[in-house]
Amino acid sequence: MSATPVRQAWSEEAATSTIAAHASQRGPLLPVLRALQETFGYVDERAIALVAHALNLSRADVYGVLTFYSDLRTSPQGVTRLQVCRGEACQSVGANALADHARAALSVAFGETTTDGAVTLDEVFCLGNCALGPTVARDGELVGRVDPRRFDQLVHEAGS
Amino acid sequence: MTAVYVPGDSSARSVGADEVATAILAEAARRAADVTLVRNGSRGLMWLEPLVEVATPAGRVAYGPVGADDVAGLFDGGFLDGGAHPLGHGATEEIAWLAEQTRLTFSRVGVVDPLSLSDYVAHGGLAALDTALAMTPEQICDVVTESGLRGRGGAGFPTGRKWRTVLDAPATPKFVTCNADEGDSGTFADRMLMEGDPFMLIESMVISGFAVGAHEGFIYVRSEYPAAVATLRAAIAEAHGSGLLGPSVQGSGFAFDLEIRVGAGSYICGEETAMLESLEGKRGVVRAKPPLPAIEGLFGQPTVVNNVLSLASVLPILARGAAFYQGLGVARSRGTQVFQLAGNVARGGIVETAFGITLGEMLERFGGGTRSGRPIRAVQVGGPLGAYVPPSQFHLPLDYEAFVEAGAMLGHGGIVVFDDTVDMAAQARFAMEFCAAESCGKCTPCRVGAVRGVEVIDRIVAGQDVEANTVLLEDLLELMTDGSLCAMGGLTPMPVRSVLHHFPEDLGVKRGSPT
Repeated sequence: MSATPVRQAWSEEAATSTIAAHASQRGPLLPVLRALQETFGYVDERAIALVAHALNLSRADVYGVLTFYSDLRTSPQGVTRLQVCRGEACQSVGANALADHARAALSVAFGETTTDGAVTLDEVFCLGNCALGPTVARDGELVGRVDPRRFDQLVHEAGS
Repeated sequence: MTAVYVPGDSSARSVGADEVATAILAEAARRAADVTLVRNGSRGLMWLEPLVEVATPAGRVAYGPVGADDVAGLFDGGFLDGGAHPLGHGATEEIAWLAEQTRLTFSRVGVVDPLSLSDYVAHGGLAALDTALAMTPEQICDVVTESGLRGRGGAGFPTGRKWRTVLDAPATPKFVTCNADEGDSGTFADRMLMEGDPFMLIESMVISGFAVGAHEGFIYVRSEYPAAVATLRAAIAEAHGSGLLGPSVQGSGFAFDLEIRVGAGSYICGEETAMLESLEGKRGVVRAKPPLPAIEGLFGQPTVVNNVLSLASVLPILARGAAFYQGLGVARSRGTQVFQLAGNVARGGIVETAFGITLGEMLERFGGGTRSGRPIRAVQVGGPLGAYVPPSQFHLPLDYEAFVEAGAMLGHGGIVVFDDTVDMAAQARFAMEFCAAESCGKCTPCRVGAVRGVEVIDRIVAGQDVEANTVLLEDLLELMTDGSLCAMGGLTPMPVRSVLHHFPEDLGVKRGSPT
């Protein structure tokens, strides 16, 4: 469902209107941060003060939530996000070797983006595809029974 | 016109179901065949995905695993009339693996078009709600209690008693929340149910709201399940349009609304109080109990927190009676459990069956051994916090108490199979590593203990002062078990201890040497 979302460059006006669109619900902080990430692809540090002001919270509260959740990132990510599952079910069919291959093939650690900006590599603990592992999620879409060759194909399709 | 079913379930799509669906439509167009494509949920026979079904006058006939390349051959073999083919399995309902199950919560998953409310009703949907709306809230709580239903999220608390506590709480407003933060590796039943039969969750939450006096519900879905989120959102919109949700549910005058909240990649948010914090938009930090969420939960109000499968189980209970449900299972584990066969298993997927069959029977009869063809060395039951069970314990019946007695747990019903190439020391280390990564950080035994756990296991594996470090590890496990605020730190010792007891040789520890 989330195939290559269109992301805008940071702007204070766009951030302010995104915050305003989600500020009225109960317990708004997490939904607001998610919406900012959907708009810009990440949550810019300049948004922290804006969110704090709009929701009547301290900047520390906003920072605390922003840094608690692994989905939320404070810097732009690559065009394609590949998440390699490291849950036990995938481990039982070779996920550790796949994780090693992925890092070596892209020359990045988990959480990093390739120098050409094409791929962000992440680890994830379970994608709910536990009978068809090892599993990789490409921008949220599952790919099952991924071996190193299939992984390279995904990287190729991502243009890296 | 022939209906052809190609699952739209994420797992089926992960192995090419979309390509198969496209190929079938293209081939049908080429041959001018009158085909209606239905994207159903998955029947849960994951090793046969993509599993294509054709509706014939004699019932649905299954073919799988189908690749896009197989489609022309299927047409040639007359699959639209249920014709024989090397990929054919005959009538779907007669596939032994499926026929030997007791599907109550999964009765419609893979059968219906997930977003068709008329299909839902035609397959028994809304019968439970009709029954419930004719009862008093007290009666509903009583029926659920009599059924013996216990929370399917892992803790196993009686659902009816939880509902009754919320009903009796004087404060208003009250909330019902569904914990769909299915983070345990090896579990995927919640996801498949949400993707394959979303109205079931909506109906059961309406009933839960009616039973406890809540007019608002939240479904907390993990962000790793975008397809489930999309399906639920579409189903909720449909439910609003048809009067299943809104100011007067089914014209009864009872008002109920539902909202989806999406998590943000935190395992601990599957712990009920951390989930409530996250629903409030905060860091997913665990709360001390008491107060129980049933008394002071979401926004400090009385709140039901139920797992997807617990809620879904309420429907057959109301539609078919508490006695029917109570009649299934063993001892204090009543009804059916949705087991999920995962990992290195030949025939993985959803096995819904009454409690009480043995683990070995599950692995042999349904699992069919390992996918790699090598012997099974261990199975982890109940997620990352569950024990690694050796073949010497495969006689254990799948029953909450029997597992607890053996130092294990059923949890959310995930069963992850490992063959004999597994390094159990690495698995023990991973349990600690996972806890260190996912701990919310509130209590010291979990936050610091997990880090120390990784270190001490590394020292044992490196052969440093093995005896003393093993004693230290045992001590740490005891401290984490007794001193942690929630199940994350409290149960992380379980897989580690199971490795120490059943696979000490992998750690370089002499069998039976630790206390």
